[in-house]
Amino acid sequence: MKRLLPFFIIGILIVTGCRSIPKDALSLSPESLAQRQIQTRKYETKDEAKILASCAGLLQDMGFNLDESETKLGVITASKTRSAVSAGNIAAAILLSALSRVPQPTDKEQKMRASVITRPIGQNDEHIAVRVTFQRIVWNTQGEVTKTESIDEPKIYQEFFDKLSKSIFLEAHAI
Amino acid sequence: MKIRFTLISMIFVILFLGCASTQNRLLDSDSSQVQLRSIQTRAFDTTDKEKTLRTVISTLQDLGFVIDKADALLGTVSATKLKGYALRTTVTVRPRGETQLLVRASAQYNIEPVTDPQPYQQFFTSLEKAMFLTAHQVD
Repeated sequence: MKRLLPFFIIGILIVTGCRSIPKDALSLSPESLAQRQIQTRKYETKDEAKILASCAGLLQDMGFNLDESETKLGVITASKTRSAVSAGNIAAAILLSALSRVPQPTDKEQKMRASVITRPIGQNDEHIAVRVTFQRIVWNTQGEVTKTESIDEPKIYQEFFDKLSKSIFLEAHAI
Repeated sequence: MKIRFTLISMIFVILFLGCASTQNRLLDSDSSQVQLRSIQTRAFDTTDKEKTLRTVISTLQDLGFVIDKADALLGTVSATKLKGYALRTTVTVRPRGETQLLVRASAQYNIEPVTDPQPYQQFFTSLEKAMFLTAHQVD
């Protein structure tokens, strides 16, 4: 068994090192329609700029900094850096350190990114559809990337749109 | 004397190699430019640049990308997909003659350029569905 170990390691290195783009990276997945529905809401207005401004305000409320925007295409992108320290992650690292007698790195910080896209929909462009997507990159205490993923929890999107509805209401009724 | 010569020539070789590889990486000149363009480019029978850009953006979102930036005047969209890997892409839209638009996508998978035709074909298949238009191969 021990003699096989180097071959295993070499095998893993070859597989991970030569891994090229996954076959489905640029094709529509069966879940993509469901994802779109979770990430999209429709608002009964023609005023795209106003919706975009509300989205920008909401992202600020959520602690994001705006990176880029293009009003003409209904695009806002934003990001924030936050701690990624979690109790479970630290507990696992302590356990692993104790077993292997080598200090294990733990997740330290994460960059969270958001893009909000608005676009007119309906036969006469009488509604505005808002679609938001989130993703994050996590670094550990050694500065290595440990996670790169999109954030898919429906709850997060539900909360975002609840807040957006409030924000649009607030801005419409500013005093 | 001999050792010094070896040392100097080694340094020279290392410098030379380092230089060449940076140039190679920067210009990615090992792949055929014409071939890559034809893999990455399709023509659509429309002149509505803004609508095309908006459709590109929503297609990228359907594919799991988060948009990084967009420029209506220049006709560009950049986006990143994170799914255990980082796939970064830039799509440009520009006029071709009086009746068509050229859409070009280029992608980078982690630290490698994507030169395989298949992912681009998949992207344009999704895009033509969203555009309700056929993507024409360009020579």
